[in-house]
Amino acid sequence: MKEIILIKNGELALKGLNRSSFESVLAKNIKRRLHGLGKFKVTCLQSTMNIEPLCDDFDMEEAIKRISKIFGIAGFQRAAAVEKNIDEILAVAPEYLSEQLENVDTFKVEAKRSDKKFPLTSPEISREVGGAILEKFPHLSVDVHNPELTVTVEVRDNYAFIRGNQIKGAGGMPVGTGGKAAVLISGGIDSPVASWMVSKRGVVLDAVHFASPPYTSPQAEMKVHDLLRKVSAYSGDIGLYTVCFTKIQEQIRDNCPEELFTLVMRRFMMRIANEIAMKNDCQALVTGESIGQVASQTMSALACTDNV
Amino acid sequence: MEAYLDNSATTKPCKRACEAALRTMENDFGNPSSLHKKGFDAMQILESARGVIAKSLGVDPERIFFTPSGTVANNTAIFGAVELMKRKGNKIVTTAFEHPSVARCMDKLEQSGFEVVRIAPDESGNISEEAFQNAIDEKTVLVSLMAVNNEVGTVLPFDKIKRIIKRKKSPALLHVDCVQGYMKLPVKPERCGIDLMSVSAHKIHALKGSGALYIANGVRIKPYVLGGGQENNICSGTQAMPNIAAFSAAVEELADIEKRLEKVTSLNEYFKSELEKIDGVKINSPDNALPYIINASIGAVPSQVSVNYLSSRGVYVSAGSACSKGHRSDVLVSMGLSPERIDSAIRLSMSYETTKEEIDYALSAIKSCLSELSKK
Repeated sequence: MKEIILIKNGELALKGLNRSSFESVLAKNIKRRLHGLGKFKVTCLQSTMNIEPLCDDFDMEEAIKRISKIFGIAGFQRAAAVEKNIDEILAVAPEYLSEQLENVDTFKVEAKRSDKKFPLTSPEISREVGGAILEKFPHLSVDVHNPELTVTVEVRDNYAFIRGNQIKGAGGMPVGTGGKAAVLISGGIDSPVASWMVSKRGVVLDAVHFASPPYTSPQAEMKVHDLLRKVSAYSGDIGLYTVCFTKIQEQIRDNCPEELFTLVMRRFMMRIANEIAMKNDCQALVTGESIGQVASQTMSALACTDNV
Repeated sequence: MEAYLDNSATTKPCKRACEAALRTMENDFGNPSSLHKKGFDAMQILESARGVIAKSLGVDPERIFFTPSGTVANNTAIFGAVELMKRKGNKIVTTAFEHPSVARCMDKLEQSGFEVVRIAPDESGNISEEAFQNAIDEKTVLVSLMAVNNEVGTVLPFDKIKRIIKRKKSPALLHVDCVQGYMKLPVKPERCGIDLMSVSAHKIHALKGSGALYIANGVRIKPYVLGGGQENNICSGTQAMPNIAAFSAAVEELADIEKRLEKVTSLNEYFKSELEKIDGVKINSPDNALPYIINASIGAVPSQVSVNYLSSRGVYVSAGSACSKGHRSDVLVSMGLSPERIDSAIRLSMSYETTKEEIDYALSAIKSCLSELSKK
């Protein structure tokens, strides 16, 4: 029994003429992210993409974990691809979905067939499969209005696909369709979250971090690496530029009024980040600032930092 | 000639584990919480070890917390879970043959007012899913069971329990004491919905003084041991770095669980069939027990006497009935065995390094034990 993954591109389906280029970016991202899990191929059909393993030891579990973090995917599900005969379908359906079926109380079966030559009609398929499931799982009952699990049986040209509930995807747009930005990353929570949110709109990221040893510790740098590693599971590779800021910080300390330290520091950081961004074809800077989040993030302070 | 057959009590540390421990003692002796480079280096070793253990269970490193022992892991899990859940009910479901580090916690909780249901094994030494189904309900806040029983080797259906909890609409957290099962059976806690799971290093060819607790994402228990807040405040106390380094090295060494299980299964089949040929020896372990453990009654020779006799011959086993102060093992009592059978039970526990020669040597010692010490 073959198992494939069906991908539903949500937002993409609305983008009209851009759709095919967005889809190819998404397909490329999927190929890159699933690299190393075994041989597989990605095919596109209308607004669904299929991931088909081409070897027996393809790591499905890991693939599902990684797919749940790829932007541009609204939902996805595992499906069993079986031969187009009713006996096969009846044999496989209860077995394949057994884990999902054991954990719910109500279900229904939906059947579709694009192959009108198939001997049973859709309602007949639903009835047969529903019966087979009830026989194996007597604790279940059928609820056609609000079932906990919807079993879908789709008879297509080459195979019949059996699948359970759809798993929610990460949403957003495929990374690479939204341009490139440089994010100023501190060790706090705000900048990684900002990175993630911007990346969700399809933006490729580079990151700029300012370290001032010995005023800052190696642990702080490690923390930034760990945070970016987490973000990169969603955003793809991130080029990290760590700037040694010590001398600048000391100059500010020696020459500026104390109450203006933070402001002047941030202006310098912006200037440097701007240079790095331009050298790397980034069209925007991203920060985790938000008005009133911390004392330094007042409207006037932000306006002043921006004004470099 | 010696035969060490008490691997369920403790195991011989493997070479790789000893080397890792020594390195950590001689070179990388920093405290992982220190802010200087020596501390930083120790911290890297700690996090790398955490990653190895996490990978062996198929989970993220953030889900693994080091403890000084399996016992502390069990205490932390049980008291932490109950504290978290006490507003939702006051019933706990566990088994009648848990290790003391779980059973004594249950006794204490019972004294403080919790209803504790202890499911007993049947005559074969097994506990069925149905038994759990009947015991768990909406008032149950914690289900705690061992994956493998240390006395007779019963493997419990620990991977089916979360499903039962959900179906019975219970809020219960699921704790599994996997000390005897870790690295001997494939275990994937995340996939079977386990919330808390304890493991111990010295049962898997690492050093004594190291264990770990798996805590599922979202389960925010409070610590049992208070102090400097190490291990994300789950278990305070400076991490035992040599032991942890050894733990990680052993897990890497033992990576191929299936291969070792296959080997021990065939040793087990041989051992059991030879034991059964000896007149007066009866096997107590259920057929589907973990192959590493065989509980057998040796004629009518009291357990402690067999243990002494065998020890003097270089065969090291443990008294299977845990007869302390005349108290009989609950496991064997629940199995409905006769008093003579219970009192003469010993536990033979193998490791993946046990050889056929050691088994043959043990068999001959058992034969002489029976012939010399049985009533004529």
